[in-house]
Amino acid sequence: MAELTSLTISDARDGLKKKSFSAAELADAHLAAMEKARALNAYVLETPERAHAMAKASDARIAAGKAGPLEGIPIAVKDMFCTEGVRSTAGSRILKNFIPAYESTVTANLWRDGAVMLGKTNNDEFAMGSSNETSHFGPVISPWRRKGANTPLVPGGSSGGSAAAVAANLALGATGTDTGGSIRQPAAFTGTVGMKPTYGRCSRWGIVAFASSLDQAGPFTRTVRDAAILLRAMSGHDPKDTTSVDRAVPNYEAAIGKSIKGMKIGIPKEYRLDGMPAEIETLWRRGADWLKAAGAEIIDVSLPHTKYALPAYYIVAPAEASSNLARYDGVRYGLRVAGRDITDMYQKTRAEGFGPEVRRRVMIGTYVLSAGYYDAYYLRAQKVRTLIKKDFEDCFNAGVHAMLTPATPSAAFGVGEKGQADPVEMYLNDVFTVTVNMAGLPGISVPAGLDGQGLPLGLQLIGRPFDEEMLFSLGEAIEQAAGRFIPQKWW
Amino acid sequence: MNAPAKTSKLIKGASGDWEVVIGLEVHAQVSSKAKLFSGASTEFGGEPNSHVSLVDAAMPGMLPVINEECVKQAIRTGLGLKARINLKSVFDRKNYFYPDLPQGYQISQYKSPIVGEGEAMVDMPGGETVHVGIERLHLEQDAGKSLHDQHPSMSFVDLNRSGVALMEIVSKPDLRSADDAKAYVGKLRTILRYLGTCDGDMEKGSLRADVNVSVRRPGEPLGTRCEIKNVNSIRFIGQAIEHEARRQIGILEDGGKIDQETRLFDPGKGETRSMRNKEEAHDYRYFPDPDLLPLEFDQAYVDELKAHLPELPDEKKARFVRDFGLSAYDAGVLVSERATADYFEAVAKGRDAKLAANWVINELFGRLNKEGKDIAASPITAERLAAILDLIAEGTISGKIAKDLFEICWSEGGDPRAIVEARGLKQVTDTGAIAKVVDEIVAANPEKVAQAKTNEKLLGWFVGQVMKSSGGKVNPQAVNDLLRKKLGI
Repeated sequence: MAELTSLTISDARDGLKKKSFSAAELADAHLAAMEKARALNAYVLETPERAHAMAKASDARIAAGKAGPLEGIPIAVKDMFCTEGVRSTAGSRILKNFIPAYESTVTANLWRDGAVMLGKTNNDEFAMGSSNETSHFGPVISPWRRKGANTPLVPGGSSGGSAAAVAANLALGATGTDTGGSIRQPAAFTGTVGMKPTYGRCSRWGIVAFASSLDQAGPFTRTVRDAAILLRAMSGHDPKDTTSVDRAVPNYEAAIGKSIKGMKIGIPKEYRLDGMPAEIETLWRRGADWLKAAGAEIIDVSLPHTKYALPAYYIVAPAEASSNLARYDGVRYGLRVAGRDITDMYQKTRAEGFGPEVRRRVMIGTYVLSAGYYDAYYLRAQKVRTLIKKDFEDCFNAGVHAMLTPATPSAAFGVGEKGQADPVEMYLNDVFTVTVNMAGLPGISVPAGLDGQGLPLGLQLIGRPFDEEMLFSLGEAIEQAAGRFIPQKWW
Repeated sequence: MNAPAKTSKLIKGASGDWEVVIGLEVHAQVSSKAKLFSGASTEFGGEPNSHVSLVDAAMPGMLPVINEECVKQAIRTGLGLKARINLKSVFDRKNYFYPDLPQGYQISQYKSPIVGEGEAMVDMPGGETVHVGIERLHLEQDAGKSLHDQHPSMSFVDLNRSGVALMEIVSKPDLRSADDAKAYVGKLRTILRYLGTCDGDMEKGSLRADVNVSVRRPGEPLGTRCEIKNVNSIRFIGQAIEHEARRQIGILEDGGKIDQETRLFDPGKGETRSMRNKEEAHDYRYFPDPDLLPLEFDQAYVDELKAHLPELPDEKKARFVRDFGLSAYDAGVLVSERATADYFEAVAKGRDAKLAANWVINELFGRLNKEGKDIAASPITAERLAAILDLIAEGTISGKIAKDLFEICWSEGGDPRAIVEARGLKQVTDTGAIAKVVDEIVAANPEKVAQAKTNEKLLGWFVGQVMKSSGGKVNPQAVNDLLRKKLGI
């Protein structure tokens, strides 16, 4: 039954429909795999009882001919999503024992469609990180290893647990959140498909907020088709989130296999960085060739403000975070460390409850919003954001259907290798992905090859607002040409 | 602001006159069933923490959703203040830590409020009208309440108020005395209550004010101001200003200077005291709330609300003066509450409006004030007061008897006409009977008769005697006429 865990969502959907296996068997296979894979630290909480109950209910609905679109599909949920009655920590000590009395809209949509929850996956604390090393629950270890080595590698972040779980066959799909690349970068590091939809496509209600104007939920899967299936279930207008958009959710799966002939694909020259590994450059060119071979037209484009995106992002995101995280004060829920008076209690609670990276970003955010600095930092960063958005609009208005870029500037690195001395070294991981959040556009990371050490690399496609379908069509074309990449099991 | 200082409002100091300059930030709780960004109830007086949604408690991942009714109320209020309505406004976060502020920030409007400049006309008892400029009105969340007296070492927090919608109405520094400020808040309260956008109930904290006070020599530039926070009654606003102005004058006359600071008013001691100085002032780190899109609506939306506004106090007052011939002062008194104005109109309809105004203002209000009653609780309905006025007009009872009748109706209730019948209060109009009494009085007082022939003023004495012996039931005009005839004057 071990092979049940290596199915794609679409295969599993067919198998359940044909009663080749039951939802209960599918869930059990995953729960067993999860138990054996605890060395990866992908899950911070396994929910076997809930999985059993949900799978049983799915089998009943399948038997009654009332199966939902995701009936019986076992899914992992990033711990940024609040799940009713199930501990939701955001990877932080401050929420270590927090059990929400409510279910996030995105996960509620999944359960509505019949999906089965396997557990909660590890992430960087409050989604702040690019390696999953800032989690209070310890780092996630990538299922991938360099050829002939056993150095533990990071799965990327912040959705490192979800990426590792999908790559290691510990779930058929997983939810992630992406504020600056937190879905696409770990997808690239783990050979999985990760999609960040257009801002407003998924409801943010019930997702622990990091940076409200940038946060979006999205799926991790092993194929582009699966990403299309999962995103359809996750998306939709939610009156509880006024930034969610009231726009019909298309059947994304119909975009799979659709011809990309004549589509204009932009290659933004500003994404060619100095000192970028030759392998990334080669991969990028190869990706363009594949699309060209499938009938797309490749054109060079310019996004002139790209170089300002990363610094501007590291102003806007911490600014919003400093305010969003103010609610974790020890007064109503979460960790409370007693103090002499209320101020002392706040200080002790937040000093002990937040890890160093979160504290750093809260301080940066507080600083850039302070009187006398607001105009120079926050306001200016917002202006840069407008320009970045306009760069994309200009290209799209000129007829470009999507952009092709590398997903990350390198393959996965070792645990503890980066950002110890200089946090900016870690921040540079997001250089290709933050622009997409700043502009609110959809972006997908698709596995496109392995580097010389046998580690996966991804390509990113960036689309017009709400044209996720185009990204699925193009992404699948790359997937067809590149094939799939599966880690050798060592755990 | 550059108008010459009004001498009557100046405060005399040891070294000459001072002018006090006041601006108010009034926080008015929006009348709405639900809070500004959550569906929780706004009902007053619930068990602590019984009206708290997940949003109000700032649980992780919760998002605010604007309550459209609160937006409409703010627009209505703006229209009532003849103010510019901004078709696009922005909600900002005002960041600070406090246990009764669950989010760690208050959602407010900072740079782009929903309502811009407007004006309120305030009538002063002396007949003067003070024009008070409105700087802006914005929507914001109220905080919860910290309870420090429930436990020896801990404070408790009640979040029932957390997230309730407030309108902050900011005046220009156009007020020049405590009386100006009190009258302004009274007028604002009247307008809000007419509009139904705030119940104006200061006891429940529905209306509070931050009072900015500075003093200067007449004609000189503005002095340094102090802000007195959260004063919760009109009387206290007056006391706080009086005290604060005297305090500042005292400092300046002693050669000191005023420190810009935030102060608190202590109603027990009737004085203000320092809360925090400029250096301790919070840096609120305002920035646009990324959870909320800018608030936008079109002019048609505003026009629709405007079309359904009730008649406002200034318009009503003008109509009372124009249509009923009332004095501006009387009209102003009558329109101060919508219920009072409605009562008056019901009484005045088809009757002598001036007489009706006199009765409502002097008899009814006098009595209501004496017993601390609201007009809604008046034992005498408008219909019954109207019946009393009709009895006077018909000549069935005299004005004096009418007052007795009013008293009976007030304390015992009942239909005025029936009471008049039952108790024989009817005025004697039979001239024969009156003549008989007149004859008796004249016959019994020959000396007074002689005096009256040379001094007409003595006629009043005779009228009094006749009224007295008839128990007030005779028509005084008829007595007058008969006496003149009889005495030949």
